[in-house]
Amino acid sequence: MKFYRSHVLVCGGTPCVLGGCKAVRDALIAEIERFGLQDEIRVVETGCLGPCDMGPIIVVYPEGITYGQVKVADVPLIVEEHLFKGRPVENRIMTHEAPSKGVSSLKEPPHVELQKRVVLRNCGVIDPDSIEEYIARDGYRALAQCVTQMTPDGVLEVVKKSGLLGRGGAGFPTGVKWGFTARAGKGQKYIVCNADEGEPGTFKDRLILEGDPHSILEGMAIAGYAVGADKGFIYIRGEYALSIQRLRNAVEQARKYGLLGENLFGSGFRFDVEVRIGAGAYVCGEETALIESMEGDRGEPRIKPPYPGVVGLWGKPTVVNNVETLANVPPIILFGPEWFRSIGTAECPGTKVFTLTGDINNKGLIEVPMGITLRQIIYEVGGGIPRGRQFKMAQTGGTSGGCLPEALLDTPMDYVSLAKAGSALGSGALLIIDDSHPIIDIACCFMKFFKHESCGKCAPCREGVDRLYDIVTKIAEGKGRLQDLDLIHEICQVMQVTSLCGLGQAAPLSIITMLRHYGDEIRDHITNKKACLIGTHSV
Amino acid sequence: MQGSKREFPLHDQGRDDEHIFMALERYRGAPDALIPALYDVQREYGYISESAAAAIAEILGIPLSKVYGVATFYTMFRVKPEGEHIIWVCESAPCHVLGAMDILRTLETELGIKIGETTSDGKFSLKFTSCLGTCGVAPAIMIDDVVYGNLTPERVLHVLSEYR
Repeated sequence: MKFYRSHVLVCGGTPCVLGGCKAVRDALIAEIERFGLQDEIRVVETGCLGPCDMGPIIVVYPEGITYGQVKVADVPLIVEEHLFKGRPVENRIMTHEAPSKGVSSLKEPPHVELQKRVVLRNCGVIDPDSIEEYIARDGYRALAQCVTQMTPDGVLEVVKKSGLLGRGGAGFPTGVKWGFTARAGKGQKYIVCNADEGEPGTFKDRLILEGDPHSILEGMAIAGYAVGADKGFIYIRGEYALSIQRLRNAVEQARKYGLLGENLFGSGFRFDVEVRIGAGAYVCGEETALIESMEGDRGEPRIKPPYPGVVGLWGKPTVVNNVETLANVPPIILFGPEWFRSIGTAECPGTKVFTLTGDINNKGLIEVPMGITLRQIIYEVGGGIPRGRQFKMAQTGGTSGGCLPEALLDTPMDYVSLAKAGSALGSGALLIIDDSHPIIDIACCFMKFFKHESCGKCAPCREGVDRLYDIVTKIAEGKGRLQDLDLIHEICQVMQVTSLCGLGQAAPLSIITMLRHYGDEIRDHITNKKACLIGTHSV
Repeated sequence: MQGSKREFPLHDQGRDDEHIFMALERYRGAPDALIPALYDVQREYGYISESAAAAIAEILGIPLSKVYGVATFYTMFRVKPEGEHIIWVCESAPCHVLGAMDILRTLETELGIKIGETTSDGKFSLKFTSCLGTCGVAPAIMIDDVVYGNLTPERVLHVLSEYR
């Protein structure tokens, strides 16, 4: 392996690709060659670094200096001043407007100060297309340890002790889930990685897959060893072209190195992974709908029980885990369950990856310990609300999550505290809304989503979201009646109790919490026949 | 039926269609390969025609009704020809909050069509998507398979001009 005095990382996550990072990378390579520095400085395209709306982003190591919104025209100056003469281009270094933590330091870019990177340990640090770089960061060492030194029960025990909760949204204990499948006899079993991320506002899995695909393969193989499965599938959104490409490359490399396939580490354990492409249906994120889709059917959820852990893909016991859950597994094996429990809260250990969207200064991907407050995320990590506007509402857990007003800004962000506050952590999407938006307009937008995405299999969800959409639209047009609010409550209750799957059960949560916290505003719309044009907001 | 360039004449296999027919052969008798098979056909022809659906049903050994049921269930499949370029407008909450409706209105006015329609020259179809997973750069659209983010009405017109 060749050593360089400096590495320049170019963020290659989808948002930066949109911003033109490929051209910046090419310009960097050309300019570095022009100065004859190609043997001293290496340019690496990485996965996502986090602050997506600041892209394209580059980081120069070993100094760790971050430049944001780099244009091709900036490259000659950065190369000449920083890489050739060793003087960072101060006025191009990334800063942000966060009041307290916003002072830019050369060592630590401001967006990482409150963050703790466990899941994203390699994202933005290694070249995701290089298995060697993953291995150099202890990659596949946890798998080696499992298959050569631990029994499957031992691995299961470690994951149980760590208290890892599934990061796809439901927060079910991962070790318990694995336990069901481990105990389900000796025959064929499967591990399925759920990468069909469709929750609006969530793009964490995409960026984990783009930034560190091998950690998912390693997590799946460890899960396979623990439960006795020799085959894994990654079911991934069809829209995620770059993730698909990087995953396929990772699978190929791992097979070549003997880290997937037969007789791993000479232990006799075999495990292989196949990538399957989804076709655009939000409901396929629900594990039984995903299984139906993998079998070639419409993605309609099954009635549970039986649970997939016992009767899953092609009727075989199947573990379905989210991308972020699996990425947590190798570090838990390497550093132990006590280490994992030392992060986050007692009931929800570890970190959580969040995606910040909407009216917030620093949009993008962050990873913070569980239990950090919503206020800290918005005002310290997220840099507050732009354009001098006021905070109005935060929706946690994506479009199927609940809405929190200013009075609840100090809610800790973990599964238990958010449930107590009447909302949900979900998959970690955080939508921030400022005071320029009428609440009822946002409600229409949420219900439109569910109206489109309900699979139609069960009546409460199919009919319920349709009715909810009609009623909130009527109110938004200034044609609502006060009795409509009772009707909304009734429909929501029926849906929550009787819908077949999580989609229908969670769809009413946003409306219920909006009525709870913004009821006066909605009643005002009705009594004063206020019409709010949908989507009046312009920047 | 504007924008359609090719049919799927499997019954009188033309030279051009032979390779897709051969490609589908590898799925023979494998009902769980329905989604990959639909993708293959759509990549080749732009949509899934009636005769293509029939061919898939026969090769996989499943009823035609199931092929249609699945093809119409998923957003990414099309059972009728669309414009040469498909513009997917994301209108989920993160994009909505940052002005997706302004982008949509601009596109509708500029193209002279409503969402769900295709221009009379067959060049563009305008469709909704539930989420593109690029919420960090909202509002966003996708044209064919290229995503454009951080849009304003001016920028979207500029993007559109590159496809004309």
